[in-house]
This record gives sequence, C-alpha cells and structure tokens, in this order.
Amino acid sequence: MSWTRKILRVNLSKGSCTSEPLNMEWAKLYLGQRGLASKYLSEEVDPACDPLGPDNKLIMATGPLTGTMASTAGRYSVITKGPLTGAIACSNSGGFFGAELKFAGWDMIIFEGKSDKPVYLLIQDDNVELKSAEHMWGKTAWEADDIIHATHQDPQMRVACIGRTAENGCLYAAVMNDKHRAAGRSGVGTVMASKNLKAVAVRGTQGIGNVDDAEAFMSATGDGKAVLAENAVTGQGLPAYGTQVLMNVINGVGGLPARNMRDVGFEGAENISAEAMAEPRKSDGKPNLTTNGACFGCTIACGRISTVDPTHFSVKDKPQYQGNSGGLEYEAAWALGADTGVDDLDALTYVNFLCNEDGMDPISYGATVAAAMELFEEGVIGTKETGGVELRFGSAEAFVAITEQMCNGGEFSADLGMGSKRLTEKYGKPELSMSVKGQEFPAYDPRGIQGIGLNYATSNRGACHLRGYTIASEVLGIPVKTELNDTDGKPELVKAFQDATALVDSAGLCIFTTFAWGMDNIAPQIDAACEGDWSVENCLETGERIWNMERLFNEAAGFTADDDKLPRRLLEEAIKDGPTKGQVNRLGEMLPKYYEVRGWTADGKIPEETRQRLSL
Amino acid sequence: MNINIEFYASLMKYLPPGKSRFRREVSVEDDITLSRLITQFHISEAEAHLVLVNGHFVNCGEDRDQRKLVEGDTISIWPPVAGG
Ligand code: SF4
Repeated sequence: MSWTRKILRVNLSKGSCTSEPLNMEWAKLYLGQRGLASKYLSEEVDPACDPLGPDNKLIMATGPLTGTMASTAGRYSVITKGPLTGAIACSNSGGFFGAELKFAGWDMIIFEGKSDKPVYLLIQDDNVELKSAEHMWGKTAWEADDIIHATHQDPQMRVACIGRTAENGCLYAAVMNDKHRAAGRSGVGTVMASKNLKAVAVRGTQGIGNVDDAEAFMSATGDGKAVLAENAVTGQGLPAYGTQVLMNVINGVGGLPARNMRDVGFEGAENISAEAMAEPRKSDGKPNLTTNGACFGCTIACGRISTVDPTHFSVKDKPQYQGNSGGLEYEAAWALGADTGVDDLDALTYVNFLCNEDGMDPISYGATVAAAMELFEEGVIGTKETGGVELRFGSAEAFVAITEQMCNGGEFSADLGMGSKRLTEKYGKPELSMSVKGQEFPAYDPRGIQGIGLNYATSNRGACHLRGYTIASEVLGIPVKTELNDTDGKPELVKAFQDATALVDSAGLCIFTTFAWGMDNIAPQIDAACEGDWSVENCLETGERIWNMERLFNEAAGFTADDDKLPRRLLEEAIKDGPTKGQVNRLGEMLPKYYEVRGWTADGKIPEETRQRLSL
Repeated sequence: MNINIEFYASLMKYLPPGKSRFRREVSVEDDITLSRLITQFHISEAEAHLVLVNGHFVNCGEDRDQRKLVEGDTISIWPPVAGG
C-alpha cells in the first residue's frame, strides 16, 4: 500500500479527529502529496478566504512513495493558502517526519478551523489525540521539539512544529521538522500558528507493505539507486559539497544577485562558498562543515552539518550555539549572505541556526532584510525604526543583531515579518521589493539567466526556483545545456521543468534526484508501487494537470496575468558589469509563447478545451 | 603569456601551489587552446564539466579544441555539480 488510503481530519474548532478513506479517484489523477492535497484544498477551501482565518485549511501530505525503499522517499509537503502571497502554497520538506506519518498509517492530515487554546496533535498509529500546548507557546521550535520528546520519552517520535516567529505573525514562518528541516516557503508556519496548532508529533510502527507489484518495485528502485550512485552530481558532487557548491558557479557566470539585487556579482562569494565551508579555521583547526547528512532513505545525502567558530562574536558567549547543527544550503547562504552583502561565513551560519530554531524561511527573511538595508541606505528608514541597529549592507554585526531582535519579537520584527512587499509599500518604496506575487526571489538573477525569470514570473507560489529549476539546463547542462541569455525555447523548457517537478513533488521523492533521473527512471518506480497507469506519458500529464489546477486556485483567489511579472529593476536596470553586463530580463519575449505552449489564452486564462484535455 | 586559472570543488587538487583559494596566474605557451590547457593540468574531459572563459561558457569538444586563449584570459573549471 503505497497509499495507506486513509486521511486524518482534525477539526481544531471542535477538537475532533476522524479517519476517512482517501479519495482514490482523485489519487489516480493527482498522485499524492502536492497534487492530491492541492486537489483537496481546491475542493474544500474558498480560494478567496483569509489565509489566516479559520476558513483556510492546512494539509500535511505524504506521497505514495514516502516511507518506501525508493531513494529520497521521505518527503512530505504542507499545503494551504499562503499568507505571504495569497496564492496556493505548498512547501516540501525532507527529514524523517513524512516517513513516520506514513508508518503511522496516514496519507495526509487535514487541519480545519481554529483551536481556542494552543494544542499539539499526538499521533501514535491509530491513536490520535489533541493535547494542550499552552506550556509550549512562546517557545522556539527546538524547545518545543525537546519538550515533546521529554514528555513522551520516545526518541523515535518525529515532530513538526512552529517557532516564535510564526506565533508573532511573521508572514514567511516555516513548519520545522526534525529540528533542521523546513517546509519553508510562503508562510505555511504562519497558517499553523493562526490555528493555535504548535506541533504535530508522530510515531508509526506499521511500516509500509503491499506495494502494488513488490518485485517490480524492488527492481525499479534498485535501478534508480544505481543511477544516482553512478552519476557524478548525485554520487559525488552533492554529498561532498552540498548545494553550496553553486555559490562560485552562479557568481562566475554573472547570475549571482547581490545587495537586494541592486548589483549582480558578489565580491565576497568565495568566502561563503562550499569550498570555504570545508577549510580548517584558525581558532580550532576545524572546518565549518563537520559532515554531510541525509534525509530518510536518501542515497545522495546533500545535507550540511556545521559549527560556528566558537570564538566568533556571534556565539562566543553562547555555548548553546557552539555545537553541530544544520548548516548553510545555497539558497539560504545567498539570501542571508550575498543579498545582504555579508560575507562572514560564521555570522551566516549562526543566522541560519536561528532561522531553523525559530522557524523562518531564510530566503524570504534574508531578502526582506536586504530590502530593509536598501531602505536604510537610502535614508527612508533609520535607527528609530530598526531599534538602534545601523542596518547597512555588508555589516555582519547589524545582521546578527537584527536577527536576534526578529526572533525575540523586538522593535523592528513586525516590519521585517511582513516580507519585503508590504515593508517597502509601508515606507513608500514598493519598487525595492524583489518579489513575485509577494514572495521573495531565490539566488539566481533573471537578468543574467532568462528562463529562470519566466519560471519566477509564472510560479504558482510566487518567486521560487523549486517550481521549475531551469538552472539545471541553463547553467549546469542537465540534461542538456541551453544558453543563459537566449529566450528562444525557454517557454517550452520552463513548462517541461514545472510539470515534471509537480509530479516529483507529488510522489514523495526529492527533486534533487532529477539531476540524475529522468521521468523514465521515476515513472517505473511509481508504476510498480501504485495501482493504475503511471507510464512516463501519464506522469507528465499528471504534472501538467497539477500545475493547471494550482493556477485555477490562484485565478479564483483573484490573480490574473498581471501578476505574472517581475520587478521593474530586473526588466529595466541593466547589469552593470561582469560577463552578463548590459543584460535585463526579456520576459515580454517569453510570456506570450509560454501561455501558448500551456494551451492558455493570450491573457493567461485556462480555456475550457485545456481543462477538458487535463480532466480538470 | 600569462593567464589566470580557477579550479573549483574537487578540481582544486589540480591547482599548482599558491596562496589564493582557487586562483593562480600561470604562464602558458602563446596561442594555447582551451583543450590543451585542460589536459596540461591533468583534468579529464569528464571532470571539466563547466568551463568558462572570462565568465562565458565554452562547450565540450570542438569549441574547446578550437578556442585559442589570449593573454589575461581567466579560465574557470568545475566538475559536474548542482544544487538548488
Ligand atoms: S538529496 Fe538532500 S534534500 Fe534531498 S532527500 Fe537527500 S539529503 Fe534530503
């Protein structure tokens, strides 16, 4: 049973927990996790609802492969209407929580309503109970995790919870699981806080059985693992250097934005790169990177386990931050580093620890601080607003101080917690928000790399690299190299990446497998595990169906083609120097063609014909 | 003539001794091709996955065989890597 065929519905207003059968008709059309939970959300929630009101729902969903022996199959997603964007939100996380939920016998949990008082959900197989979390409210995500483990005395229990930033209303708060893994983007943690739900603790002992064709599954997953092991990227590059190896690559090709995307190219990039993380430091001879780490069942192991230099100003009086913890990944290192102009590796590692401890998306957080730094440098805000912090680009001291303030709910935290769009609007400078649909950009400049700009503009959850990672092709040559500055062929490329990703995110697998796996490696694993036809063609069509369904949700929430856009800075302010000098993003050349290849109207609507083709 | 080489990630081991993290100024024969330079530093074709000259990609095969380097060029090389 790749699907357990059981969902848990938790009504927080009533305090009830009920089991119901999974809608198998929908499962055959939307697979699981991102796709299937988005279907439930679309059917059950009014897209126009207030994302932080009791009418919004929050779904934690696994894929049919989650918890199985397929490589990387430990993923789960949190699906809801996002408060940062007002669009559909789906944030994917690794670690061990997703697999444990499956072992407890549940495909997904749907949270509805709002509890009067803080609660947490305890799941031990079929025994499900809402318990008081009043003693945990006001605690960090790490403290909450520790309290739950101390209470239940089960080291195998897995916890997903929120930190203080979510409770304080930060619009990009994450749901943290296993302490260091995050369903990070779009403010899914803020929705959890709005329901007075502090944590979900789960222990499952039922394992996974009855995959549709066990023999074919053994063989397909074994073949998949061999491909990952033999591939130079997934077998060597990612385990050794992690995603952070990109810092110098993207800087080298002229695609690394810096200082709120005012510049492209960051002179401090090498100091915060994967290579720098591996160098022994002067104080204790140890490198920042202690070792790599893996999520459940993963044979790639790209995770970073790091320490901060114990003599560094940020932690020297704080022994609790001197040990090993989740280290910098590329997107976080960019947003916290290049985008704020800070090239102090230890300061960034410490800030990253704090983002994990208090549950914040480091991309939106770093980019919002970057926007605030530009406001500060332009004299629009001053130390009166920032609680005395000289918030200038490049200052590690200021960045550490403002982050501690953010986590503790200090003076400037309410402003920073709004995200860059609302922050810059508040101070009359909306053009300084580097975001799409209200969500901040990750680490690739659309002026230097054209296709990723189209992906950002059309992403259903606002600016996001993980909706369609065209960087694989445009920079890394996977599966084939395309030219960075070409717009020809990019609409087709973006669509292909977006659809394939939607499918992978619905299966329970990690997207990093696709550096080595094509759909011809993935489809046989799904097909063997699940009943129904999961041929390559059907998998791709399912991905396309999911993408269109998400778009329909957003349309009903009030989004139009006018929201498929990039900030003026990226369309008009040309790159000042480096290999991509003179370039801007040419979205206008790509967007009409993108609508066409998607089978949409010229104004970005999904016509009846396309809906019918995709059974929508 | 003098050019700059930058070898990253697992290719750092091919850098001649020097101070900077990735970068060395080296002296090479005039008109050396990119392919020849890569071989000269014992980097295999499979390892030289991403190759930039002054920040611009040069594809594997003929493009690298034909590309003549000039004084002051910066050549950056990565093995197969990815992230995101
Ligand atoms: S590749 Fe990295 S993020 Fe993906 S499952 Fe493995 S360790 Fe986790």
